[in-house]
Amino acid sequence: MGAYLVRRFLLMVLTLFGMSVLIFVMLRLVPGNIADILVDASGADPSDKAKIAHELGIDRPIAEQYVSWIGGLSRGDLGFAYVSERPAIEEIAPRIPISAKLAGMAVLISILLGVPFGVISAVRQNTGLDYFLRVISLSGLSLPSFWLGLLVLMASVHWFGTIPIYDSNPHSFLEDVAMLGLPALTVGFRSSALIMRLTRSSMLEVLRQDYVRTARSKGASNASVNYQHALRNALLPVVTIIGIEAAFLVGGLIVTETVFNIPGVARFLVEAILWRDYPIVQNLVMLIAFVVVMVNFLVDMAYMALDPRIKFAD
Amino acid sequence: MAVIDHEAELARAGANVTGWLSRIIFFTRRYPLGAVGAIIVALFVFTAVFADIIAPVDPTSTNAKYSLAAPSSLFWLGADFMGRDMFSRIVHGARISLAVGAGAMGLGAVIGISIGLASGYLGGWFDLIVQRLLDIMQALPLLVMAIVMAASLGPSLKNTIFAIAIPLVPTVARVVRSSTLSLREQPFVEAARAVGMGELRIAVRHVLPNTLAPLIVLATAQLGSAILVEASLSFLGLGIPEPHPSWGRMLSESAAEYVRTAPWLVIFPGVAISLTVFGTNLLGDALRDILDPRQRS
Repeated sequence: MGAYLVRRFLLMVLTLFGMSVLIFVMLRLVPGNIADILVDASGADPSDKAKIAHELGIDRPIAEQYVSWIGGLSRGDLGFAYVSERPAIEEIAPRIPISAKLAGMAVLISILLGVPFGVISAVRQNTGLDYFLRVISLSGLSLPSFWLGLLVLMASVHWFGTIPIYDSNPHSFLEDVAMLGLPALTVGFRSSALIMRLTRSSMLEVLRQDYVRTARSKGASNASVNYQHALRNALLPVVTIIGIEAAFLVGGLIVTETVFNIPGVARFLVEAILWRDYPIVQNLVMLIAFVVVMVNFLVDMAYMALDPRIKFAD
Repeated sequence: MAVIDHEAELARAGANVTGWLSRIIFFTRRYPLGAVGAIIVALFVFTAVFADIIAPVDPTSTNAKYSLAAPSSLFWLGADFMGRDMFSRIVHGARISLAVGAGAMGLGAVIGISIGLASGYLGGWFDLIVQRLLDIMQALPLLVMAIVMAASLGPSLKNTIFAIAIPLVPTVARVVRSSTLSLREQPFVEAARAVGMGELRIAVRHVLPNTLAPLIVLATAQLGSAILVEASLSFLGLGIPEPHPSWGRMLSESAAEYVRTAPWLVIFPGVAISLTVFGTNLLGDALRDILDPRQRS
């Protein structure tokens, strides 16, 4: 167990290191840098390009730039944003809670919708209800989140005559929840489809097990077999999907924050990419990779704690 | 006592299904949702291939007079702010989606298969390094990876295909590798080696064809994801550039501001994307049931 943890931890560090190199090199392949954009946008003299590039330090060799970035990162110094010229950490930090809140609500919604409907679908396998729920969940996977977001905006205009506008200083907790509710529903619906499909297939597999048949033959009621014997074991694999969902959610957040104009990290990433704001992009990408890798690690640990049959070899 | 009707059981299992027509009928009866998916996908491919004939006008021709025209007999699905016919744009958009979807899936599959086959077959250090590289690539969500790649390559049709194909590689490579690992220990591989067949030939002629079933299932699922990612990239302004009629791009132009004034610009491109991806997902589920019975639901 101890050796497994150490190995797993080292792999995580290796993955994140590899990601940092990959992202750093990829961003520097971009044709045109911030100096070009600034000069083009302001109509300044093209000879200023070299000066701007020198000021921002992007005329140094790539390896040198990389070492200086990683060195800073290890001390908690993320460098300066090119566009706002403020420390990157000051730009990124306030946006994290917004995205985290949205993501948390989306996960909650996806579990609240996905698990019960997945169970119903499995218990009523091959009935009209099952087919209906399966089509709904599959359509959840097929709708682009940004379109779903636009439809929600449209419905809001139709019924309330207005579009929900994000307010960074909500007056109450309730207002905060209400404001993020619609975007969270948009992101969560897609993830709930994934959870529902997995809950259904996992429940079906458990319902075919011998111990379930034994319970039935002992005269246990349907409800007792389905919910006391089967569901508890069927939910185990559902835990793993939270790891997959973390990656899934980030994709949903990027477009949903854009549609609803929410100033979270995901929308900021797109803005920074369009502006070639390297310090922001590379730090945000590392943050996303860290979250995904960490969630997967925690899910593995949770799985091991929940399922006594699983023992990782040392 | 239960009596087993052997004839009926055999018919249900498709024992006497021969010829294309009866195969199609059998598939439709057994997998009605899959058949619906197949029809949607066929319609999508048909529209993409014959877009020039189906579309009534050139999707890029503008006419300020008809800016934001509502759906009518002249413009079936309305017109955008430049007066371009939405129906024609959506029909031609199918071509873009198919090109990017199939292109990215195909390219991702070719690279993924080569890497997975080599990794599983050669094993050792090569396998270890490749697996760690794939770990790194999978640490980022598909869309984030595609966004960064698309931004670093610049907006164009070819670059969008590439930006989506590369993030798809790890999944393909992992599936092929895991099948290859078990296949290379099979007696038929040993037999091929015993008759003096070269390793490369064994890998390509004997191991690869046996990994196809899970690959077809994966490819169908990836076609849907690739279409969705293209739409998202174009929506964010990082995918297909103007004047190409990309479904995602149409939604980005028409986004929040047209929600009030011209809802048809928001509804129809979204329906096109959702329906197409829905079709590939339905078909993919049915194919998985047929080709990968272990995962049958």
